[in-house]
Amino acid sequence: MANSTSGQEKKSYLYFPGCTMQATGIAYGESVRTLFRLLGLQVEELEDWNCCGATSYMSIDERAAFVLSARNLSLARQAGPRDLVVPCTACFLMLRKTQEYVRQYPSIRQEVEGALKQAGIPPMGPVRVRHPLDVLYSDVGVEQIRAKATRRWHGGRLACYYGCQALRPYAEADQAYNPMRMDELLQAVGVTTVDFPLKTKCCGGSLTGTIHPVGVRLNYIILKEVARRGAQAVATMCSLCQFNLDAYQSEMREEAHEVFDVPILYFTQILGWALGGDFRSLGLHRGIAGRNLIGQWFTTPKEVEAYV
Amino acid sequence: MSNGNGSVRIGFYVCHCGTNIAGVVDVKALAEWAATVPSVVVSRDYKYMCSDPGQELIQQDIRDHHLNRIVVASCSPHLHERTFQTATAKGGLSPYYFQMVNIREHDSWVHKDKKAATEKAKDLVRAALRRVVFHEPLEKKQVPVRSDVLVVGGGIAGIHAALTLANAGKHVYLVEREATIGGHMAKFDKTFPTLDCAACILTPKMTAVRSHPNITMWTLSEVAEVGGYVGNYHVKVRRKPRYVLEDACIGCLECIEACVYKQAKVSDEFNLGLGKRKPIYIPFPQAVPQVVLIDPETCIEFKSGKCKKTCVEICADRNAIDFKQQEEIKEIEVGTIIMSTGFQTVDAARIPYYGYGAYPNVYTSLEVERLINASGPTGGEVILRDGKKPKAVGIVHCVGSRDENTNRWCSRVCCMYSLKLAHLIKEHTDAEVFNFYIDIRTPGKGFEEFYCKLLSEGVHFIRGRVAEVTDWALDPSEEGKLVIRVEDTLIGRVRRIPVDMVVLSVGLEPHADADEVRRQFNITCSTEGWFLERHPKLAPVNTFTDGIFLAGCCQGPKDIPDTVAQAGAAAAEALVLIDAGHVELEPNTAYVLEDECSGCKSCLSLCPYTAIAYHEEKKKAEINEVLCKGCGVCVAACPSGSIQQHMFQDEQIFAEIEGVLAHA
Amino acid sequence: MLGIYKQEAYERHLRFQRDADPTWGRKITALPGCEGILTCMQCGTCSAACPLSVYMDYTPRRIIATVREGFREDVLRSQTIWLCASCYACRVRCPREINITDVMYALKREAIRNRMYPPHFPIPILARAFFDMVKRRGRSTEFWLVLRMALRSNPLILLGMAKTGWHLWRTGRLSLGYEKIRGVGELQKALASPREEV
Repeated sequence: MANSTSGQEKKSYLYFPGCTMQATGIAYGESVRTLFRLLGLQVEELEDWNCCGATSYMSIDERAAFVLSARNLSLARQAGPRDLVVPCTACFLMLRKTQEYVRQYPSIRQEVEGALKQAGIPPMGPVRVRHPLDVLYSDVGVEQIRAKATRRWHGGRLACYYGCQALRPYAEADQAYNPMRMDELLQAVGVTTVDFPLKTKCCGGSLTGTIHPVGVRLNYIILKEVARRGAQAVATMCSLCQFNLDAYQSEMREEAHEVFDVPILYFTQILGWALGGDFRSLGLHRGIAGRNLIGQWFTTPKEVEAYV
Repeated sequence: MSNGNGSVRIGFYVCHCGTNIAGVVDVKALAEWAATVPSVVVSRDYKYMCSDPGQELIQQDIRDHHLNRIVVASCSPHLHERTFQTATAKGGLSPYYFQMVNIREHDSWVHKDKKAATEKAKDLVRAALRRVVFHEPLEKKQVPVRSDVLVVGGGIAGIHAALTLANAGKHVYLVEREATIGGHMAKFDKTFPTLDCAACILTPKMTAVRSHPNITMWTLSEVAEVGGYVGNYHVKVRRKPRYVLEDACIGCLECIEACVYKQAKVSDEFNLGLGKRKPIYIPFPQAVPQVVLIDPETCIEFKSGKCKKTCVEICADRNAIDFKQQEEIKEIEVGTIIMSTGFQTVDAARIPYYGYGAYPNVYTSLEVERLINASGPTGGEVILRDGKKPKAVGIVHCVGSRDENTNRWCSRVCCMYSLKLAHLIKEHTDAEVFNFYIDIRTPGKGFEEFYCKLLSEGVHFIRGRVAEVTDWALDPSEEGKLVIRVEDTLIGRVRRIPVDMVVLSVGLEPHADADEVRRQFNITCSTEGWFLERHPKLAPVNTFTDGIFLAGCCQGPKDIPDTVAQAGAAAAEALVLIDAGHVELEPNTAYVLEDECSGCKSCLSLCPYTAIAYHEEKKKAEINEVLCKGCGVCVAACPSGSIQQHMFQDEQIFAEIEGVLAHA
Repeated sequence: MLGIYKQEAYERHLRFQRDADPTWGRKITALPGCEGILTCMQCGTCSAACPLSVYMDYTPRRIIATVREGFREDVLRSQTIWLCASCYACRVRCPREINITDVMYALKREAIRNRMYPPHFPIPILARAFFDMVKRRGRSTEFWLVLRMALRSNPLILLGMAKTGWHLWRTGRLSLGYEKIRGVGELQKALASPREEV
């Protein structure tokens, strides 16, 4: 929509990292910030944000879950009329869901607003919660990415994996059934993406930690189809998807006697690299599986030394 | 209240309507209270006022008590106003001395508090009792009904209605948008549950239409404009050019053979793109009229003007081809209109997870009808796009039906046509056939027996709505197949079933332009977009516009027997008007008090029925009572108050308002 | 072999109407997001769309039917509600637009509130640990959460996690930081504000 034209006026966004961006998903945060910088977009981290509560709060106390997000939405409103960019899909959905439920159910609205008031927190406002995929596709646009790319992709074919909560139930980051925005953005920098029917299947989320064999099995199914489609790596847009697909490949090797060594990347890493970002600032050194391929695809000889 | 009309003698009746009214409103108390109102001479409650004894009661009281006004508190005037007007007239009074009070829909059905409901009934009744005092005897107007009929849409509904009327000696204009009549039925192979061949039973009727002396059939034509009123509609029909003269062409089809295109290259609409045709073509072998047509989008002569015109050459002396043919507007006068515009099938791509358009071997049910049909693109062989016969076929029911994301309604015919397709596919290919259904609905003559037959043929019935059709393989047995993922709700397990062909049983929905059409004809649509019948039970082929009737699927999904029955009924309704020769118009029309009209013309543009004209010499507005529908817009708008309306005179309305408010 | 002649080898599946708790069923269907349960036509789209239904004792469709009929015990003791990974695949396909994911959340809350889950079952333990940590500090740290969950459910699983942990440590993705937001006081106040009890 609002394409930031030729960059005289820098478009500015608020940024909500979420807890995983400090830990397992650190590379996602790094690459989002680097990519936005390369595109000339300002990102300012939301001051003193709190955890979104993820699926756990919903499982214990719905109202508490909404209150957590309500505080964040209140902070975002105070920080000015800027869109709130949320890369973690769990955080993205909780913020959006809170907005929807508060709008739809007067009883919830009353409770949540009451809780904020009691704690002296200013009320929520009409903040637009955005996923980076949507920002990059709608605000920046495929053409600008193509124009700004300084490196041409020379790596293998990729499967784009969109996961669930950024598309469902609110199909805002992309359409719910056959999302194509990530494919289109990556194709703009020369990537060949494969037709991947599991692009919105669930990775199991936290099940890999709680009901481990079941969680791993879901990821095994996804990786098996990645291979079947002739893709050498996966591009993701959620820190939990990335972690689940990345961290358990050696375990699958042992259990299913199938060799997986598939790089699991963030789409922002690939775009950032194409726009000239350097290896470490995009967190490319943080992958667990497929490190050889990552090295081959992304590094200059100098960087290889630092990586190895 | 003194009304200056000392001789008014009102009879008041309250109907129990079984317990519909009496269960909430205290009818005895209401009648007792009404008896105390001045001018009320008789006040009674009765179990069913609409029954013969109820009506007799009114007539007897008029005679015994010299009543001159009648008020009945019962149901909606929609249902029984005419009943009671007739009873009033039989008692010897003008029917316009009657007034009805709706204490069912407006009171007992919508309230629970008995006391409050009874009080409300009193208010409503008081309003009527005061209003009726000012009623006047009025005369109904009569207008003649033309005997010609317009039938819009040439599917089986339109064909049957047209033939019925033509056989009764009436002249019919049958207007069809496509190049041939026959509609959807012409595309089907067999019909359920008898499995008789659709073409064998339809084409004789199609040719009968063509040869009937009382039918004027216009294909490639659309209604452009409708004006007038019941008995006297004038209609403009746009006839699109065919580029072939219908009277000259004998349907030898040699021009198609001679076309400079040696191969048929254009996607064939009649076969839903599964086959190819040439720029000069006939939709299907038994098309009616048996006349070719030229598609200007693909014909070289139209594109470059440099074609060798081998078609013209071969047609020789007949000279049937006319590249210069122009669109033509026909103007006709008809008394009645039958709408038989049919339906469209749901676009299967709207349900993205069924893979229509993404996987070549996912077909719609209508496409499969063409594959099975001997005159279809494969000559009746059920083969996939690569020419192979499927070994396993999945038929997915309820595609675009019973779904909040597409259409909420049950399309009514899909269960049965899916069973039919299952039978025919098995017969043609000996494949394993799986039906995926939510509920099997077979409430027709011979339908359940047909279902039973299919079960005995070994067709699989899996109760579950398909969640996904994909080409990803979880198991080696699924490689190269389409996999249907479904919960078999009867076994209680999620299943993955690999098949070679998927048939999507698409639902029925109103045409995309149904709303435009309904505006043109000034009829109404239900929220779903189907043309709305006047009453769902008792006037199923009438519309709210007099003289316009409904037949077939434009009113809602239905199968062929129901469509034909409805078309017959619509024809009969039209015949009733034609044979009566005239219709009576309600006298609730507006009229101009000439002395007071200043000729400001502000009413002219407001009238939705163009019933008001301006008399240039008198410099006054003039209302055509035949065109006036009594909507009252001009009455309210007239700045000098010089337009009045029968049945809605100021004194009547004020008396009514005072009556409602009198309790306060 | 002889076991099949013993009575305890058979489980009786009869449900008496007195086993049903229709009031409970109605209570669930009245919760925000659960209204759609009443219009379910049992088509099974949810079950087939669900990537985890193949591991469930009751498919999501059966959970909906069982809730509607009020068989509280069956519902709250089923594994299904814990296996739901909140991916919303059912929600977007449901032809009646039922918020099945939110129904599952509501049932998880019911089960946790009534402690109707097996002892040492990791999912509610994780949820509780998460809940407490965020309430105390305003943020969560995966490492400490997983450690707490493991210690309270089955410490042996830590052995299996060691390798993953090592990988994360090596790539700088294992944070041991114990973060706390400045506004934790106001957050706690908001969370503690009086509620309408269900």
